[in-house]
Amino acid sequence: MKQFIAFVNKEFYHLVRDRRSMLIILGIPVVQILLFGFAINTEVKDIRVAMHAPHPDAFSEGVTERFRRNEFFNLREDLHTPREMEMALQKGRLDMAVLFHPSEESIQLIVNSADPNRGSIATTYATAIIAGYQLEESGVGMSQIPFAIEVESRMIYNPGMESAYMFVPGIMGLVLMLICTMMTSVSIVREKERGTMEVLLASPLKQGTMVIAKTIPYLLISIINLVSILLLSYFVLNVPIRGSLILLLGISVIYIFLSLAFGLLISTVVRSQINAVIISAIIVMLPGLMLSGMIFPIENMPSILQWVSDIVPARWYTQAIKKVMIQGLGGAMVWKETLILTGMALLLVVGSTLNLKPRLE
Amino acid sequence: MDKVIEVEGLTKRFGNFTAVDRISFDVKRGEIFGFLGANGAGKTTAIHMLCGLSKPTEGRGSVAGFDITRENEMIKQNIGYMSQKFSLYEDLRVWENIRLFGGIYGLADKVIAKKTEELLERLNFKSERNTMVKALPLGWKQKLAFSIAIFHEPEIVFLDEPTGGVDPAMRRQFWEMIYDAAERGITVFVTTHYMEEAEYCHRVSIMVDGRIDALDSPRNLREAYGAKSMDEVFQQLARKAQRAD
Amino acid sequence: MIQVNELHKTYRNGRVKALNGVSFSVDKGEIFGVIGPDGAGKSTLFRILASLLIPDPGRGKATVGGYDVIRDYRQIRQIIGYMPGRFSLYQDLSVEENLKFFATLFNTTVEENYSLIKDIYGQIEPFKKRRAGALSGGMKQKLALSCALVHRPKVLILDEPTTGVDPVSRREFWDMLGRLRELGITILVSTAYMDEADRCTRVALAREGEFIAIDTPKGITRDYSEVLWSVEGDRMPALLNRLREYPSVKTAFAFGDKHHITVEKGITTEELENYLANNGFKETRVEPIEPTIEDCFLAM
Repeated sequence: MKQFIAFVNKEFYHLVRDRRSMLIILGIPVVQILLFGFAINTEVKDIRVAMHAPHPDAFSEGVTERFRRNEFFNLREDLHTPREMEMALQKGRLDMAVLFHPSEESIQLIVNSADPNRGSIATTYATAIIAGYQLEESGVGMSQIPFAIEVESRMIYNPGMESAYMFVPGIMGLVLMLICTMMTSVSIVREKERGTMEVLLASPLKQGTMVIAKTIPYLLISIINLVSILLLSYFVLNVPIRGSLILLLGISVIYIFLSLAFGLLISTVVRSQINAVIISAIIVMLPGLMLSGMIFPIENMPSILQWVSDIVPARWYTQAIKKVMIQGLGGAMVWKETLILTGMALLLVVGSTLNLKPRLE
Repeated sequence: MDKVIEVEGLTKRFGNFTAVDRISFDVKRGEIFGFLGANGAGKTTAIHMLCGLSKPTEGRGSVAGFDITRENEMIKQNIGYMSQKFSLYEDLRVWENIRLFGGIYGLADKVIAKKTEELLERLNFKSERNTMVKALPLGWKQKLAFSIAIFHEPEIVFLDEPTGGVDPAMRRQFWEMIYDAAERGITVFVTTHYMEEAEYCHRVSIMVDGRIDALDSPRNLREAYGAKSMDEVFQQLARKAQRAD
Repeated sequence: MIQVNELHKTYRNGRVKALNGVSFSVDKGEIFGVIGPDGAGKSTLFRILASLLIPDPGRGKATVGGYDVIRDYRQIRQIIGYMPGRFSLYQDLSVEENLKFFATLFNTTVEENYSLIKDIYGQIEPFKKRRAGALSGGMKQKLALSCALVHRPKVLILDEPTTGVDPVSRREFWDMLGRLRELGITILVSTAYMDEADRCTRVALAREGEFIAIDTPKGITRDYSEVLWSVEGDRMPALLNRLREYPSVKTAFAFGDKHHITVEKGITTEELENYLANNGFKETRVEPIEPTIEDCFLAM
């Protein structure tokens, strides 16, 4: 036990004496959350839209009013004829034209899709506004619903369609894993590079003690990171925490432990600190980013990639956090994710302990 | 005889700590100058200043005719440098290392090709042309590194503990290469912890606590200190050191 | 204390031979020196004895303190103090923190064994708050030795502890080893400095993975069979070349302020002096000398 405590102390000294790395470790999550939350989100604002109703009626007036009030749209009231709108679309001064065709009982959306992402999101928004208006109106006596209504499922828990909601669990999964894995992946290799591993190996210290002791300081610093991420999400990005905070923290700590163990496993394999950083960045960023469901929905992936995503821890973590944080679901709904993460964590700890040979080769 | 290194009152301070304390000396063309001192006496700091890698706090000096404070880029063009720690790229072949360093000093491809042949010939290294440097024994590596350090015919070559850990026979061959270079007019500035190697130098200086406490030919130093060997001279001087780092 | 029998070690599927059948034994309380240049296999041997590397299987055997280096590695790690070839302490930890850490690692305390390390640690104790990375070479060496000693090991394994260390610190270091030996600690030490051989009770001369001689320093020089002379004069480099041209001179090497030469039996120093005088080397002194370890090494 004394050995263990001495080793944990030593790791703490390394950590706090390396001021620059400490700053990076504590700063990266903050920067990433803010970057993803504000800048690199899929949120589309200031969509320039023009309306054309050849025979204005209550319906077209109502829809127009909705667009005027919506903060995502910027209604261009200076464009009147379809001809003018076409010119504006061509020159990129307009994003969308809404044409009412009362005779055919339809509404035509003409969207500038030079930026397909922006275009499709603008379409989704516009459809939602029109559908929302219809729903309201149908309740107050409109005899028939003239348009098909399509409802996006992801809007249920994200009514304002603010993408920060969607992104926060994903970013938490990514950032925590990235930082934790990098920190520990460097720690064993550093001992190899500096030659201290040779002295440790020539002592009675057990490999298991070393692996567990190496995770403790990083576990603590990662909890600080977790708290700062949650505070930022709650107060700056206005993401609600609807479920149990204890559950949220509990799952996160398991996930952090898993990431630290993953870093240690990398550390036992590679030969230099540089390799450790590059390998952990690539492994975490690529499958983590691509297959966790953060950017691309898992349901839309080919089945082989769906299987691969099953072994991406970030996928399970993100899923659990979405459920707890945004949907406000309880422990009964996330037991599967929790169990999977715990299993993975144990596997990685055992794996890295076994992989840490008691000799130099 | 012209002087290749001239230094006067050279001083380097880091905060309160004076690493090099007003040293003055000069080195003549073709001379083999031994720069001795205990660990931490300030040798490395002094060499860095002479090579134009760090600016002196006080004092002045010139190396190969260039001022060490103002013309440090010119100095780098006219010196060779080899240390025990870094000398060659281990993952490059012998000829690739030669070509690389020839290129760094701006030699023409034709000149490099011709001189590469001469170098391999002289070292008896022709069969090792395509060998990875990391596969060579240390002694061979150091001989190759020295040849590369003087490949561009510098006025002066700085050797920082070039023979540490090298086989005794190889170490003697290495010194014979140093003599050859000196005969061709290349000045050699060398540090070593082997005191019998100090005897091979024309003149040696011994640094203690940032100052040069002794400077003369090995024979004169032995006589002046009443010592049988350079080791004794060194022990007498370095034991007086006050500072611990 | 140490028994090594026909030890082999090859790397990269047998393409690189680091150890080629090494056998020797070290008694309790000896300072056994392994002397040889870089690449002689010293570090590989020491790592095997420190249980950090496994020798080629099926050939040879090695024990330390009676424990087998492969099977009983846990026991070996309790009784040895190992100092690798490069400085291997935590540079960002202070002198004191390093020492305490290593004491705890071996389930002991600094206080418990202070008497043993006092002699060495006492010299660096004034700087105990300083980070190990900021120490000079000689002080780092002392700290590393203190850390290797703090658990009162029975066997000290020191891999080139004096490489890159100045002559004064080197001498001090060997003085310390001498005192440890008096306390009954067995010391296995390697060095590339031939002049350190005299400080050992016995030495092995190592070259290319083999031990070419094992004996007391005196025994090694006594077995020297060549006729060895020293030559002293002016223009030493030119003198060396001239000596090599003389038919009866077998080898000629520079040795500090003199040259050492081996010659055919039967010629006299006067003959050589005359030859040199006739070739423009006046006032050279030639005299028979006793060989040093380095002479023996060069002759092998």
